[in-house]
This record gives sequence, C-alpha cells and structure tokens, in this order.
Amino acid sequence: MLTWLSLLFLALFSAAAFMAGRGRALKASGGSAARLHSLPNYYGSYAALWAGAPAALLLLLGMMFGGRVEDALLQRERPAAIAGMTVDRQDVFFSDVQAVASGQAASEVTYDGDERLAFDAKVAESRRISGIVRYSLLAAAGLVALGGLLLALPRIGTEFRARNRVEGWIAGVLIACSVAAVLTTLGIVLSLVWESWRFFQSVPVLDFLLGTEWSPQIAMRADQVAGAGAFGAVPLFVGTFLIMFIAMLVAAPVGLYSAIYLSEYANRGLRSTIKPLLEILAGVPTVVYGFFAALTVGPLFRAGFNAIGAQLVGGPLDGIGQYLMQVQNQMALVAGVVMGIMLIPFVSSLSDDIINAVPQSLRDGSYAMGATKSETIKRVVLPAALPGSWPPCCWPCRAPSARP
Amino acid sequence: MTDAARSAGAAKRAPLTAREAMLKKRHRSEAWFKAQGVAAIIIAMIFLVVLVGRVVGQGYSTFLTHSISVPVYLDPSRVDAAALEGVNYDYLVAEGMMKKLGVQDDDLGLISGKVMDLTSRDLGFQLLNQLKADPSLIGKTVTVTGPMKADADLYYKGEIKRSTLEEDRKLDNQQLDWLDQLQKSGAVTAGFNVKFFTNSDSTEPEQAGVLGAVVGSAMMLLITALIAVPVGVMAAVYLEEFAPKNRWTDVIEVNINNLAAVPSIVYGLLGLALFINWLHVPRSSPLVGGLVLALMALPTVIIATRSSLKAVPPSIREAALGVGASKAQTVFHHVLPLAMPGVMTGAILSLAHALGETAPLLMIGMVSFVPGVPEGFTGASTVLPVQVFIWENASERAFHERTAAAIIVLLVFMIVMNAAAVILRRRFERRW
Repeated sequence: MLTWLSLLFLALFSAAAFMAGRGRALKASGGSAARLHSLPNYYGSYAALWAGAPAALLLLLGMMFGGRVEDALLQRERPAAIAGMTVDRQDVFFSDVQAVASGQAASEVTYDGDERLAFDAKVAESRRISGIVRYSLLAAAGLVALGGLLLALPRIGTEFRARNRVEGWIAGVLIACSVAAVLTTLGIVLSLVWESWRFFQSVPVLDFLLGTEWSPQIAMRADQVAGAGAFGAVPLFVGTFLIMFIAMLVAAPVGLYSAIYLSEYANRGLRSTIKPLLEILAGVPTVVYGFFAALTVGPLFRAGFNAIGAQLVGGPLDGIGQYLMQVQNQMALVAGVVMGIMLIPFVSSLSDDIINAVPQSLRDGSYAMGATKSETIKRVVLPAALPGSWPPCCWPCRAPSARP
Repeated sequence: MTDAARSAGAAKRAPLTAREAMLKKRHRSEAWFKAQGVAAIIIAMIFLVVLVGRVVGQGYSTFLTHSISVPVYLDPSRVDAAALEGVNYDYLVAEGMMKKLGVQDDDLGLISGKVMDLTSRDLGFQLLNQLKADPSLIGKTVTVTGPMKADADLYYKGEIKRSTLEEDRKLDNQQLDWLDQLQKSGAVTAGFNVKFFTNSDSTEPEQAGVLGAVVGSAMMLLITALIAVPVGVMAAVYLEEFAPKNRWTDVIEVNINNLAAVPSIVYGLLGLALFINWLHVPRSSPLVGGLVLALMALPTVIIATRSSLKAVPPSIREAALGVGASKAQTVFHHVLPLAMPGVMTGAILSLAHALGETAPLLMIGMVSFVPGVPEGFTGASTVLPVQVFIWENASERAFHERTAAAIIVLLVFMIVMNAAAVILRRRFERRW
C-alpha cells in the first residue's frame, strides 16, 4: 500500500517535473518554440524521465527484494532459545515471527518459556526492521527523484538536444523489452537444467533414461516407510510416443485432406465458413478436451470395445475378446484420438500455408499438360511442398508433452 | 494380310479404349480424391459438433435449478438466543420438511437423516443469518427458500432415474417418493440458477458457482495484458523498426519464434522457479498466474505485432522522414498507430489463448479450493480453466454437470474475445 502510494506520488512529482522542464525551455527561448532545438514537450519529458524513472525503478526493485532483505536482517542472529531446534523448525519460527509481525495467521506451533520470550523479541525486531527497510527505501527513492530533477533541469537550454536524449531513453526501454524475451529463454533453460541437475543428484541418469518402472514416490522423512521410488522414464516415453502416434493417425489425414480440399477445390464461400469453424477446434482450451475424453470418448470407446469383446469371448478370438472386455476409460487410444482432434486445425492450417506457398505457375503448367486436379496436387503441388509438409505432421510430437 | 489388317484394326481401336479406360480411371481417382477431402472436412465438423454438443448437452441443465420453500418453526426450546451458532438448523429444516411430507422421525433419526439429504444446507445458513439479524423470530415460523440438494435436483431433471437399481443411485425409493410428493404439492419451483453466477466454489455442488473463478480469471488476464502487451509491442517495435540487422538480432528473432513453440507447461516450471521460489510472489494468486501467462503470451504478441508492422508500407515511413520527423517520431506517430488494429487483434487472440491455459497454472500450484472471490491481486484465487479441472476430478455426479456449465462460461468468454478480434480486424484493418 505504502509503495503504491509512493508510486502515485512519484507520478505526480514526475508530472510537475514535466511542467518545470517545459517552462524552463520556453523561458530560455523567450516564449518562442521555434528558437528551441526540440519541441517544448521533449524538454518536459526529459525532466520528467530523470525525475521519475530511476526512482520508480528503485521502488519496484524494493518491492521485489525488500522482503528478502528483511528476512536476511531478521535471521542474521538466531536467538539461543531456538538453537536446539532443527533447521526446519527454525524456519517455521521465523515465518511465524513475520506472520505475527505483519498481522497474518501464524502456524499452530506454540512457543513457551524462553522460546516465547525470544519470539516476542523477534516480533518486535521484525517490525522495527521492516519499518527501517521501508522508510529508508522511500527516502532513497525521494532523494533519487530529487537528484534526477536537479541533474536534468540545469541542462535545459535553447541549444540542448532534448529530443535526441528522450529518444535515447525510448530506445533503451525498447531494447530492454526485447531482452526480456531473451531472458525468458535463458530462464527456461536455467530452471530446467537446475531442476534436472538436482533430480539427477538422487536418481542416476541411466536409471532414468533406461529404467522401465515409473512410480514416483519418495520418503519425505527418514522414518517413513515408503518404498524407494522408481524413476524409469521409459514407460513415459513409450506412452507419449504411442499417444503421439495415434494422434497423428487421426490428425494427419483429416488435417491434410481438409487443407487440400479447402485450398484447391472449395469455393470462397465454403472456405470462409469452414476455416473459422476449424479455428474453433484450435481455440477450445485443453481442459475441455480432457473433459470430453474423460466423460464422452472414454466411456463410449469402453462400451464399444466391451461389446465387441463380449461377442468374441468363447469364439476363436477368445484371447482378444477377454482383453477387450477389460479395457478401461483411460486407455491410450482415447487420449490419442482426442489429442488428434485437437491437432486437426494445427495440421490443417500449417498444411494450408504450405500448399498456398507453392507458386500458381506450377499448377498452371500441370493443368496445361492435361493433368487433373488430383494429379496436379499429388504429383506437383505436394512434392513441391514436401520439404514443408512434414512439419505439420511433427506438431503432435510437441503437443502431448504439453498437455495435462 | 488379313491377319495383319485385323491386327492393325484392332490396334487402331485398342488404344482408343485403353485411353478411354485410363481417362475413366483418372476421373474416378479424381472423384475419389475429392471425396476424401470432403470426408475429411465432414469428419472434422462431426468432431466439432459432437464436442460442443456434448458440452452444451451436459452443461445446460445446470442453468436450471429447483428450489423449495419450507416453513420452519423456530422452537424456543431448541434455539438458544445466546448461542445461535450452536443450533442444528439442518435438523430444524428437516422437521419443517417432515411436517410438509407428513412423516414422523423414528428413534434412530433415520427418517430425518434421509429428509436432510433432500435440501441444501443453505436453508440452515439462511435461518442462522435471519436469526442473527432479528433474534425476535424465535418461537415463530419462518419460511425459507433455497436450493434442493444436488442429487434431488438431478432427479427432477431426469438425470437420476427411478429405473436405475436402488443400490446404484444416491437416493432410495422412499426419497424419490417424497420428491414426487413435494413436486405435486407445488412446494418445489424450477428457475434460473442464479447461484451458479453469484457463488464461488463450494464442497456442495448445489452451492458451487463460478463467480470466484470468473473474477480470478479477469484479474489474472488484466495482469497478463498489462505486462505482455506493452512489453511485447515495444520489443516488436525495436526488432522491426530500430534494430540493426546483424547476428544478434537474428538470434533474438529465432529465439522468439522458438519461445512461441515451447510447451506451456515449461512456462509453469519457469514461473515456479522464478516467481515463487526466487521472488516469493504469493502462491495461487492472480499476480503470479498473470506473470506466468504474460511470459507465455509475450512471444505471440511480438510475432503478431511484427507482422502488422511489416504490413505498413514503407511509403508511410519515407513520407514522415521526408518532412523531417525523427525515426522515433515516424514510428510512434505514424507507423504504430496504423499497425494498431493488427496489434490489438494479435494481442486479444493471445490473451484468449492465455485465458484457456491450465497446464502452467497447475505447475505453479494454482489448484486450491478457494471458496470465495479473490481478495486482491495477491490473494488466493482460482481461475476458470483450473475450476473446470478441479470439478472435472470431483467424484460427485452433480459436479460433472457443473464442469460442463463452467466450460460453457469459459467458451462464451473465449468466443466474445475472438469475436472482438475479428470485428476489430474487419473494421479497422487497412489494406494498402
């Protein structure tokens, strides 16, 4: 709350700096904007940026890291009364201290005697520290804002290139935004590597890659009687590839053929109706497909297979019949088919783009030779698009791992 | 001679029929190919119709609900004005119901237990609240109106059938008789399920609603929009208009295209490490969800913005530069405003996509039971797709109905957003 108020105040200060900068420039030029290097608003913006931006950045950083600084200061010295506790209990102690200090609900652990005294002392210390941290941050931000304004204002004169400076700021912000995308990638890579490294500390890489049993349980405490978990990923790989394969069997033909029909045969009206409808399939959230699989496709397939199985039991295909009688709702076929439905629009729109990228002259040449439409598509368009017609079929590969 | 002549004649005719046959074959294969295309489209459309049809078919009944009015006698010997919280209001309601049904409780309380299974506990809460507001009601008869219990509601809607074996349904024959009796007496009224839109999640299906999830989704989407759209647009402006074309910008470009293809669950992993473990953003809050989805939406916003900036013809830039505008003025005064419809369309579409995303939110632990509207951007919250996910895994049958209804609400939001994008594109997009 305090930070938001101070940000609001900073915005007002920045607006005042804008007026001051603009006024100073106009005064320097004797009231005529034509004698200035830049438009008067650029002088205002220059002053406002120096007054507002560094202080706002400081406040934001304080918002993000202030809590950690408080933690570090509070835990710098651990009272003797809690020295006997385990590290986990000490963490609970400190989080309770902070919860009580900030008026939130603490855990249900009770502290007696020396612990109680230490607790109350720490609560008071926590309140003091957080006050100090907050107000010193505010004071620092105030000083930075004032300093920025004092730095910027004297520079403003008729010869000062305010526009170039402001555009320099803009370029800086733009670059920072594009770097954000790169940092995201870096973050993804680092978080994956870090977590995997920690995982491979306890599970050997080969056991993970080649193990055939997946039952991820692990004893949380030493005294717990939980069987050592097995972390063989082969079942997961197999499951993923199986589902992917089934999904491709559904999505690839339907998507590819509908793309071909829409781009080569369909008239404009049909195309403009069917394409948005296919887009709806792409826009449906994945949980909805999960719901559809669990409550519609699963029971339907199960009932169907069970019925077929019941027919076969006792006949020459007794084994298959017995198997079909036992299939469950959660079979890979259901997941694969539903995933396939989900991927139809992706395959279709990518194939569509690729088919449309084949130059019309190739088609015209083929028609001139007397080829029919389907021959043109099969013998000319698709081979020409071939380098690109595989990626849509690879799309399912990335999708299953992406969906819950 | 004759042989040769005959063979020559045959040869003359033979190619003709062979060609005809071949032509016929080619035309057949043409028709077959075309039929395959039509079949593919029909299959895709059937999938769409079945998907939407099933969801709507399972969900629409949620919007109708049955409620009951019960006169309850607030017995002064049972209701202690000093300890209003301690009274068993459910039993008082059951008494009112039993009077209505004309049955007596037995010694074991089995009958009253069965009667209690018919009405929602909401009736009891209403009594408590009325008494708190006006303690003078003790000793009087108060009529409360509230929802039936979910199973009773399902019976009225025909989802639970009398023909099912008694052991296989939640309600036994006696309870069904009572329900029929209540319906005949006119105590039960059917109406629009307002509670579904004014309540948040609840452990009792008849009380569960989507308000908390809708508000949570709106707050989360606001955070996503406030971060992803400005950052994405500015990054795209830099890459498209300002950046020198060198190896570094190539790397950034490839990188952004790859980011757009990263599975969404990986963003959840990143969010877990970055926002929760490192920055200590409160768990399960709209803020952390919005941040994660903003990272996810960023590349798509950048790509959409870049393509609409590319579509602005160079003549606009040259004209602006020609009359003395600086590079930044050209971009921000002329190019970006002209590209804005395309930018907004892309932004809305990627936000609509973010709205339906579940996997990254599950990864950051946003699957908690939240029985209220989020208290703020850092308060515990749930969002629509996660609410769907939670209800989908609930065992009670009435929750399945509500899952489908929540999906309908979610789809309506997405359709509205997509329609907004389409309208924006149709109305404002300029073609040069």
